[in-house]
Amino acid sequence: MLTPLLKLLRVASLMVAVALGSFALMAASPVDPVQAYVGADAVNVSPEQREEIAERWGLDEPPLQRLAAWAGNIATGDLGRSQIYNEPVIDVLLDRAAATASLMLLAWAFAGVLGFGLGLLAGATQGRWPDRALSWWAYLLASAPTFWVGLLLLYVFSVWLQWTPVCCAAPVGTLPGDATILERLHHLILPAATLSVVAISPVLLHTRQSTIEALESDHATFARAQGERTPGLVVRRVARNAAGPALMLQFAAFSELFGGSLLAEQVFTYPGLGEATTHAALRQDVPLLLGIALFTAAFVFVGNALGNLAHAAADPRVREEVAQ
Amino acid sequence: MRTALAPRVDRRTQTLRQVGLALAVVLAVFVLGGMLGPTAADADLSIRTQPPSGAHWFGTDQYGRDMLARTLVGLRLSLVVGTSAAVASGLIAAVLALVAVAGGDLGRSIVNWLVDLFLALPHLVLLIMISFALGGGTTAVIIAIAITHWPRLTRVLVAVATESLAGDHVAISRSLGHSRWYVARRHLAPTLLPHLSVGIVLMFPHAILHEAALSFLGLGVDPATPTVGILLSESMRSLSAGYWWLALLPGLALLVLVKLIDTIGNGLRALTDPRSHHL
Repeated sequence: MLTPLLKLLRVASLMVAVALGSFALMAASPVDPVQAYVGADAVNVSPEQREEIAERWGLDEPPLQRLAAWAGNIATGDLGRSQIYNEPVIDVLLDRAAATASLMLLAWAFAGVLGFGLGLLAGATQGRWPDRALSWWAYLLASAPTFWVGLLLLYVFSVWLQWTPVCCAAPVGTLPGDATILERLHHLILPAATLSVVAISPVLLHTRQSTIEALESDHATFARAQGERTPGLVVRRVARNAAGPALMLQFAAFSELFGGSLLAEQVFTYPGLGEATTHAALRQDVPLLLGIALFTAAFVFVGNALGNLAHAAADPRVREEVAQ
Repeated sequence: MRTALAPRVDRRTQTLRQVGLALAVVLAVFVLGGMLGPTAADADLSIRTQPPSGAHWFGTDQYGRDMLARTLVGLRLSLVVGTSAAVASGLIAAVLALVAVAGGDLGRSIVNWLVDLFLALPHLVLLIMISFALGGGTTAVIIAIAITHWPRLTRVLVAVATESLAGDHVAISRSLGHSRWYVARRHLAPTLLPHLSVGIVLMFPHAILHEAALSFLGLGVDPATPTVGILLSESMRSLSAGYWWLALLPGLALLVLVKLIDTIGNGLRALTDPRSHHL
């Protein structure tokens, strides 16, 4: 009973530290928020107007008071107002989270299924050509820059073959809400492919390793002695052993996946959370950047927790460990 | 899997050769990148956007600048950023690992908590925020990468140090009356140092790729510097015009550089790890 409570406390302390740290980083920035807000109109803005803006955003108060006000607002669910989108941060986050979620979910599922299947294949053919080709490919992709892969896919499929659109989440001229499901999928497929191409190698290499280990284990040898052939062995006995770690890895990859979607969204001008992050940083929208920091931290924690649950669900040994 | 017939060159020599060759290429990139600075800025509007040819292996950009020279200059900057950030990050990891090992339960919990804290945000988001807080530029990128990349190496070092200190040789050494300092110097340091140096080399690719990502987003180094991230972000503007070489070749060069450094790191690991069966 005590352990879950301690874990919860730990997560809470980490979240508080993320919030404090993010606020400190933003407060330390040399960027003048008023200047960032007025931007190109700077010439037309009088000192009095500047003061007014500063007062409206609460920027004339010392950092500690601002922190207290900000923390108080968060406690009531108010994340402040985004300066570049001119609407509440929470609305921007929720709006864009849906677009990013569909992108990440598609890429995540695709990378997971394909990576797991190919990992089983590589592990079962250890040392022979399918394994060599797959391992080489996975090692290569592991160090390929996401945005470069995206650019190449964009060039081949959108510019050269013209099979897919060049940008955005919906056809030019239509609001994302009005686009049909097919249109949206059409716009989603290339960013999702980019993201999954990069996300696939950790799962593939890890599954390969656990497959090799499981195939060398005693129960695999015993099954072989009873006349089981390699394909049946892999499907019936090895896959389950390898599934636990692979699932955990997939959920723990949430953090990397978000970084990848930031880059993929930039390449394909896809209007998701990643694009909002880049814009917020480029155009110095501090409230939005803080909101994104909290949001992604929560997202990563959820991913890790789900990973542990999935690992336990797939592997009875882990379940017993947790129960003890 | 050992075959009956031994190869003419043993695996250890092969690994050494690979590492040496990779190191030579990386050094050559570094030196060439330093020499080609003026060439890379040389604009010649009469040879705008030419595809790769014998005279310009990587083609030329919209201002007729040689893309090979620009890529090499960019890779040199990647190496500088990667080296400084990885070494600084490695030192942070070493210090925190020592705190965790020497500081008892409290020290260990603090270090574990810090590791979790820095893994709580997606790497790229944390990098963006730190770079933002420091106002951007090359130094900001180096600092941002240095203070975000130590957590995983710290975990490895703590695990290695704990295992090493639990060994019988340490217990014997202590019972012979040797001081903690003596144990740290004679038993701990020799086991930790290879892991630290290999860890730093293997951190390199991450550092370089994150620098490229930050610069690509426009949040990294000064846009006037030709780093690979900047080159690729420039190439996006003219992609629909069909200038494929502007995107393909600089990215490929970066990939090759990262793979070379990976080869060096993995080779060093195999060479320093006595338990490695692959030699």
